[in-house]
Amino acid sequence: MALPPFQEFYETNRVGVYRYLVGAIGANEAEDCLQEVFIDALRAYPRVRRDSNLRAWVMRIAQRQVIDESRRRKRRPEPTDSITERSEPLGQEPADGPFGSGLWERVRRLPPMQRGAIVHRFANDCSYAEIARTLGCTEVAARRNVHEGLKKLRAAAQAIGRGA
Amino acid sequence: MNELEAELRRTLSSREPPISVDERFRQRALKEGLVDVAYSVFPSPIGRLLAAVTKRGLVRLAYIDGNADAVLRLLAQDVSPRLLELPAKTASVREELQQYFARERERFGISIDLSHVPGFSMRVLEATADIPYGQVLTYREVARRAGREAAVRAAGNALARNPIPIVVPCHRVVRTGGGLGGYTGGLDRKRRLLALEGVPAA
Repeated sequence: MALPPFQEFYETNRVGVYRYLVGAIGANEAEDCLQEVFIDALRAYPRVRRDSNLRAWVMRIAQRQVIDESRRRKRRPEPTDSITERSEPLGQEPADGPFGSGLWERVRRLPPMQRGAIVHRFANDCSYAEIARTLGCTEVAARRNVHEGLKKLRAAAQAIGRGA
Repeated sequence: MNELEAELRRTLSSREPPISVDERFRQRALKEGLVDVAYSVFPSPIGRLLAAVTKRGLVRLAYIDGNADAVLRLLAQDVSPRLLELPAKTASVREELQQYFARERERFGISIDLSHVPGFSMRVLEATADIPYGQVLTYREVARRAGREAAVRAAGNALARNPIPIVVPCHRVVRTGGGLGGYTGGLDRKRRLLALEGVPAA
């Protein structure tokens, strides 16, 4: 099976990768990061194994970009709360939701595997098998990471007094 | 499904990247030299065409009657999978074709890339590229000019698989008895191209 033209691969995956990035690092960084992900993918494309699952492959590139971006962010001076607030994708993260406006920010503070599993699960509606393939873990571990992540998010929501 | 999961799903499910990101990606890919094949699809008086260019030149010109997927997949397989839609890179091809259809151009100046065509076929196409505007040759004569006069059928096959019709004018090759022969885009297009060039109807 030959590789599809990169244009087709791009059109098939741009939305999924973008949603993953918005979930994992926020809308502001997601746009630049999306470009980096597909530049990396284009560079490596002719060497992809023909039997690869291309969606899992590009998601792994996106995961690496997220890790790099997090490192870059750590090297920057710590932003104040108000700046953090402004850099958030306010557009579709309604402040009046039952879990508050910082829901995805709390997702981003989860341990890496839980964060990854939650983002794949809810940004792109991935099955546990897909999550396992992308994160390089077992399906059982994927399910557990989603479960543990949700538990922490619920606890955090209760701590800030949800619905108040 | 509980509230938290519904909320996580809802907040991202309708997000789409802005179109400007696609354009920035394309420009960056070009700048970094990562695009092996750039293509665009555009209208012409004889139907939609797809033009694809490499660093060497025009590598494919195809009649697109349905969608372009099959043509693009073959390009990815035969030339390179690093294939992106970049209309700016095919601007000179489109311009020369437009002039050709308006009878303002008899010779194409754009460079062509036949490096993916095997030996004898390439010589057949090179011989065909030299046929002047408004003139026709027989399959046998083209085979002779390509170095194998007896290989008339092989020459016919090479022309049937011509990756760059119009610019490599395989429509100017006809049967010995005066019949039109075949054409990659259908005989009606062959007739129209010959008529455009003022060749008496075959």
